[in-house]
Amino acid sequence: MAWNRDGEKGVYVLSRIARSRLLTAMSVLALSLVLAACGGSAGGGEGGGGGGQISGTINIEGSSTVQPITQAAAELFREENPEARIEVGGAGTSDGFEAFCQGDTQISDASRPIDVAEEVPVCEENGVEFIEIPVAYDGISIVVNKQNDWATDVTSEELKTMWEPAAEGKITSWSQVRSDWPDRELSLYGPGTESGTYEFFNEFIVGNEEEVNRSDYEASEDDNVLVQGVSGDENALGYFGYSYYVSNRDTLKLLSLDGVKPTEETIRSGEYLLSRPLFIYVSTDALKNNKAVKPFVDFYLSEQNLDRLVQAAKYVTLPSSLSQESRAQYEDRTTGTVFTEAGEPKGGDLETALKQSK
Amino acid sequence: MAQGSTKVERQTGGAGGPDFKASMATRYGLDRAFTVLVTVASLVGIAVLAVLLVDVIRDGSTMLSLEFLASFPSQIFPENGGIYPALIGSVWLLGLTALISVPLGLGAAVYLEEYAEDKRINRIIEINISNLAGVPSVIYGLLGLGIFVQLLAPVTGGGSVLTGALTLSLLILPVIIVATREALRAIPGAIREGGYALGATKWEVIWSHLLPMALPGALTGIILALSRAIGEAAPILVVGVSLYQTYATAGPFDGYMALPTQIYDWISRPQQIFQDSAAAGIVVAMAVLLLANSFAIWLRNRYQQRS
Repeated sequence: MAWNRDGEKGVYVLSRIARSRLLTAMSVLALSLVLAACGGSAGGGEGGGGGGQISGTINIEGSSTVQPITQAAAELFREENPEARIEVGGAGTSDGFEAFCQGDTQISDASRPIDVAEEVPVCEENGVEFIEIPVAYDGISIVVNKQNDWATDVTSEELKTMWEPAAEGKITSWSQVRSDWPDRELSLYGPGTESGTYEFFNEFIVGNEEEVNRSDYEASEDDNVLVQGVSGDENALGYFGYSYYVSNRDTLKLLSLDGVKPTEETIRSGEYLLSRPLFIYVSTDALKNNKAVKPFVDFYLSEQNLDRLVQAAKYVTLPSSLSQESRAQYEDRTTGTVFTEAGEPKGGDLETALKQSK
Repeated sequence: MAQGSTKVERQTGGAGGPDFKASMATRYGLDRAFTVLVTVASLVGIAVLAVLLVDVIRDGSTMLSLEFLASFPSQIFPENGGIYPALIGSVWLLGLTALISVPLGLGAAVYLEEYAEDKRINRIIEINISNLAGVPSVIYGLLGLGIFVQLLAPVTGGGSVLTGALTLSLLILPVIIVATREALRAIPGAIREGGYALGATKWEVIWSHLLPMALPGALTGIILALSRAIGEAAPILVVGVSLYQTYATAGPFDGYMALPTQIYDWISRPQQIFQDSAAAGIVVAMAVLLLANSFAIWLRNRYQQRS
């Protein structure tokens, strides 16, 4: 057999060579790591020409919807302050608050207000005080296929008929929703259960306690998949972020909801039903103790930056009166949330709630 | 039995010959059919890869450039954005994961194959390792979140690149262990006995004979495992990878970005330009994978030539 032919000597020679090879392999691995380290620091050095004095690490976690705005802020901030180290994650609003209330992050991105019943107590327990700052509006668009010639509008009642859990397996045709719509198959497209958009839609449209909708629809966490689904299916109706409609105007048809078409104006004014504020939450402790946090939030919320950041991320900017209140909330270091346990702003609308919190 | 068959042959005599020849045509036909079948089987894989590559390169060609490799991703000027911090982050992940998982995997395999006696507890360990190879990767992420991010935060620095590498190491350890054990098992017992006969200790036999001979086989498993690790997004998303950061990873305790999560982030954006960036990112990720694999295969071939 093959190994006998080599004989003992052969094996012995092999093993010596092999042993040195093993060492070589390991040192090559170690070397490549060192090289990577050099590459890394060289990259850091490139940006380091600006000579900023602000240093420190800011950890930001939270909503992947808000992440593009915060990323834009970090990106511009980096140009002026290359020494500051900002890390932006997008694990989701709930995971973000979990880390934030443990004191692991300094800023939390959120596509819904903090939960008064579940999340605020955790923050309090760990002594984490926060400032709640609305930064933008996001709308949810209801869309159908371009070939759809029967539907131009839909009411929230009809949406409820389509999406509520009781509709599962029963509401399968367009004519069941409105009698003058054709008897065609109704195929629904929407975000998966993990999405903040899903939660928001169900809270406002389906309105049941569990905030779930029917489960027999095409679900995806990626809004681009929903865009493709609706644009390729004549019988489709779907809902997803307004910015995805704006980027795909040519292939989709937008429905007005309760007679209101979503536009920047109607989303901003709240006239359009499915419009929601996006927030950042800043830890007051971090504002005092982390040298980078205050300059970063100052930069983020400044008049010349905030609208620009929001536009770069394709969201709707706050009305100027509201962004004034947002800024005041931060300048006055007003802590706590202005939302009730039900997730409604205290006093009806967000601006009033912010004013009252002083 | 043997006599029986010769008897049959004799009885049929001349008739048996032509009969056998007649089936030759069918046999060669089957042979050819089989060749076609396996060729098609291998072509399917290559064709799918080719279609994917062409598609991705076409979409990504507008973004692909040296600048793309050297720039940070950009929200404000997406067309000037790049993949630099994600690339560096993935190289760190790959290197650290290899440094952690290869010695651990080889060690565990050597123990199970050469030291462990066939006791009940060892059989339980064995079954568990095989099962672990099939656990969904996000479960490892949750495990990593509990152990490395929260419990061992003082050691790992929380959501650092080290934490990511430790989590990915957990993910690929079973594959490395199983492959190494197979390789060790294929070494004939005569090698071990020869070593002992010359007065070598167990350690000497393992270090100078068994490990070098098992390495080519083990490396195949390691290549596959590391390729999987570098392509994973789900587990590192859970243990704190950044979707954006203002600096590139320069140490094991730094935060990190990674290629698969960067691609994932770009793909889920509404703007077309980010879809193109994602395609370019996929090309970069494939290039990194190809480079890492070629290195490992080159390493493996060097060993195989010696043995």
